Formats: sequence, C-alpha cells, structure tokens
Amino acid sequence: MTDLTDLGIREIRDGVREGTFSAREVATAFNAAVAGAKPLNAFLVETPDHALAAADAADAARAAGETLKPLAGVPIGMKDLFCTKGVASTAASHILEGFTPQYESTVSQNLWDAGAGMLGKLNMDQFAMGSSNETSAFGNVISPWRRNDGGNAALAPGGSSGGSSAAVAARLCPGATGTDTGGSIRQPAAFTGISGIKPTYGRCSRWGTIAFASSLDQAGPMARDVRDCAIMLEAMSGFDAKDATSLDLPVPRWEQGLNASLAGKRVGIPREYRVDNMPEEIEALWQQGIAWVKDAGAEIVEVSLPHTKYALPAYYIIAPAEASSNLARYDGVRYGQRNLPDGANLQAMYAATRAAGFGEEVKRRILIGTYVLSAGFYDAYFTQASKVRTLIARDFEHAWDKCDVLLTPTAPSAAFALGEKSADPLAMYLNDVFTVPSSLAGLPAMSVPGGLDRAGLPLGLQVIGKALDEQGVLNAALAIEERAGFVARPQAWW
Amino acid sequence: MSVDTATVKKVASLARIAIDDAHAERLVPELNNILDWIEQLGEVDTSGVAPMTAVIPNTLRLRDDVVNADPLTGGGIRDAVLANAPQAEHGFFTVPKVIE
Repeated sequence: MTDLTDLGIREIRDGVREGTFSAREVATAFNAAVAGAKPLNAFLVETPDHALAAADAADAARAAGETLKPLAGVPIGMKDLFCTKGVASTAASHILEGFTPQYESTVSQNLWDAGAGMLGKLNMDQFAMGSSNETSAFGNVISPWRRNDGGNAALAPGGSSGGSSAAVAARLCPGATGTDTGGSIRQPAAFTGISGIKPTYGRCSRWGTIAFASSLDQAGPMARDVRDCAIMLEAMSGFDAKDATSLDLPVPRWEQGLNASLAGKRVGIPREYRVDNMPEEIEALWQQGIAWVKDAGAEIVEVSLPHTKYALPAYYIIAPAEASSNLARYDGVRYGQRNLPDGANLQAMYAATRAAGFGEEVKRRILIGTYVLSAGFYDAYFTQASKVRTLIARDFEHAWDKCDVLLTPTAPSAAFALGEKSADPLAMYLNDVFTVPSSLAGLPAMSVPGGLDRAGLPLGLQVIGKALDEQGVLNAALAIEERAGFVARPQAWW
Repeated sequence: MSVDTATVKKVASLARIAIDDAHAERLVPELNNILDWIEQLGEVDTSGVAPMTAVIPNTLRLRDDVVNADPLTGGGIRDAVLANAPQAEHGFFTVPKVIE
C-alpha cells in the first residue's frame, strides 16, 4: 500500500469515500508523521486525539451509509493564530502562554463541521509578524528543504505561516490553515514548494482569529496543489454575522469550477514588479510562467501599477498602526501572562507584563504603530498611507480594464538561511515586496510552485485576481501547475 | 522625522511597554532606519484622494435588537470570561489597587 502521508486532500477524501482505506488509518499515519518530526519544530501542540475522533466519525458515517462530509477523513494542521476551544492558542507569543480559548474560531469550526480533524497547532511568527518564522517565542521552524550544496544550513520556511508551510511540505499534514496579512500564506508556500491562496478580504471570517492588522488579515488554505486549496477554501469560507467585515455572499463551488484552459483570458504582467537586484533565476521563472499561461491559451498584456513601490512603506505604517491598537488588549488582566513587580501599580503592571510577554519584533511594530498614530504625526503618516492605499487599489482597478489576472513572482528570492536577515528588520520587510500590494487592495492571490533554483530550492509564481474572482486565480494557477509538473520534495532528514 | 531616546521612551510609555535606557538607545537607530524608509510616502501626490476605509465595498449590518441573540457573543457566560484570567476573585478580574 502507498504511504498514506504521501496523499493530498482530494486523494484522502476520495479514498475514504471509496473505502480504499479508512479515515482512522489516515489519521494514524499522519499522527505518527507529526510525532516523528520534532526537529522541524512545526507544531506547538499536537492533538492526535482530535484527528482520531474526526476520523472515527467519518468511518462510522461511511459504515452507516451516510453521505460523507466534504472533508470527512481529512486531518489538517491549524495555524496557532486560530482560537481552538480547549486547546492552547498562543499566536507563538509568551504573552498568551496558558491561554485556553473557551470558544472556537469560525474558520476552524467550519473545517470541523466539514468533517476535518486537527493534527495540532502550528508554529508561526509571533502574532504573525515576520517573514521567516524567527519571531516565534517557541523557537524557529526549520524548513524541511535543504540546499543541494551538501551543506546543512537550516533554511527559513517563510513566514508568518511557517509551521503550516513546513508541515505540508514535509508531509506531516495534507493541508493546513494559514493567515495572510502581507504575504504570510504566499511567501511561505513559495519557499517550501507548496500552494496557498489568500482569498478576497472578507471571504473567511476573522472571528476567533487572533488579530494582527484587521483591515488586512485574511485566512486561507495551504496545501500540496491547487485543487486541494480549492477544496479546503470552500470549507473555510462563508458569511459570519460575528465579523462585521464578513462578505454576505454564497461560497462558490471552486473545485467544481476548476478549468485549466485560459483561452480568451488576458494575463497582465506588471512592469513595476521588475525590481532592482532581482535574481536572474526569479526573472527566468517569471518568463517561464508567461510561456506556460500563453500555452494555456491566454493573451499576455503588459500593465502598469505605478504606485507599487509605495506599497511596502504604506503597509509598514498601516499594519503596525492597526497592530498597536489590536495588541492593546494584552494587559495581563483578562488572559495570558501577568507580570507584577513588587509594589507595582496597575500602569506598571501593564508595562511590565507587555515588556516580558511580547517579542522584539512585536514590540518594534507596536512602537512604530503608536508613533505613527500619535498626536502631530497621524496625518503625515497614517492618513497619507491610507490615501496611498487608495491609489494602490486604484492601480489594480485600472489594470482590470486590460487583463483578467496578473502574473508575478511570489517572492524576490528563494528561501534564505535562518539568521541571514534577522538582524536587519528592513531587509526582512522587503521580502514581502510582491505580496503586499494585493493585500492592501484586498484582492485574492495565490502562490503555486514553478520550479527549483540552482541550489535545488523551490520558487513560486503568484497569480493575483479581481475581488471575488478566486476562480480566475485558481484556474490560472492550475494552468501553471499542470505545465510546471513540480514534483520535487524535500528529502527527509528529520 | 526622526526619533531620539526621549521620544522612544515617550512612545514606549504610551504603548505601555517598559523599556530601560539601554533598550531605548538600541531602538533609536532601528526605528529611525524604518521611519526614514517610510518617509518616501511623502513624495506621493495624494491631493484629492480619500483615505481608504474599506478594501471591499460592504454595508454595515444591524443585528436584531435582541439580548443574547447569539449565545457565543451574548452574556451569561461569566465563568468562561474569567476562565483565563491570571487572577480572578468573587466573579471579578483582580488588579492591583487603583485608588489611593
């Protein structure tokens, strides 16, 4: 029998339905893979019993002749940003150590309602602030990939959904939830040779998802291929009255709508995404991607997004500003850690709690956010950034006059080594150059593996679509996937 | 605009994060490096441009004026609310004395 952990979401779903194997066998195999992969540090909490209980429910439903739920028998990994009832949820921060949610996030509840089970909670950058998973309070996630130079340099799995990307790439789970504020699904997917989609802002409820920057935060799936992402996204999405920005729209049948023919479609190539010092291999992959979508029947059009270079600085005002407000709730009173120095008053308790509980990058962003929102600076920074955000969204609107989707690289480099960029916050921020603009505009965007670089590391291509056109994004990504024939996988060393 | 040690300490105090002098001094170049970089936004002509308030057009909904319409976000769940408190007594959150 094939190794069950080699199977993706669709294969598991169909195999359980057809009785090729039982859901319990699947859950048992993945539980063992998770337990045997400690050196990756991808999981903060393991929940084998949750996975087994969901599996047994799927097997019982099948035995009783019931119609199986969409994800019956599929065990997944849950990013630790999602509150899970009765299971510790920390957002990889000390300040939430000891916090056990009394409720379930809407996205995770949707997945359990669809029949999925949970293998565990996945490590991540602290409060989703980071691009390499080095800001977790509970240690770096190590990418399962290694360069082919014979060295054993530990590589970044990307961030902030680095536990998710590492776990899917290492076959510890067939799919995982991620969240994307400025690229946190797409960049880690690109770094680890998997697929991941950030849907239109508002598709997935934010209720019960620990907040970073509320106007940008959006959940999405990370999985081995485009079809698996479509299946999982369908289960995660949907209107939720508990999130004021949730879109009150039916969830499209994305899996059913998959179509790799791009005949009659126009694919836009934004000229501003040719950035300085972009490695040759990224440019070559981009050209290859253009050839692939052409082969799928698409017409290529050059488009201009003139405000692209301002997206990153605008993002690094807006996201920290929202974060400084959202993270004000961690005060040592209602949940999480409290630090009460001898004789301290309430204000001193707040300050000591937050000094001890937050990591360096989180503090840096809170301070920047507090500064740009402070009296006298608000207009120059926050209002100006919000106006630039309008211009960035307008750039995309103009592009849609000429094309249906955009094709770009996902990240300006392959995975870098852990420690390589962590000393320079600004260098780390620049890694999000291709993913941030679509986040600011709330648009659906997906990363799909395109190939390997000279060092044998995966590179991703990004497809950006119109608001609510996840189908167009998935279809273009599928066209690329079919032509890329990406089958590389990391060799197990862990 | 750039920050000095005093400004960093002021901002940290506003953000309720305790930092000592050495930490504040370390943060000065870090924050200035980032602030210098975001300064480039000033060169964008935004006259007549409205700041973005919502990325996707959406309407604000009103819920029915019913108490506890949704038990998850309604009341009557004191024990669940207090379950994660570092310190709770007699059904309340407990904090250091705030009245002299």
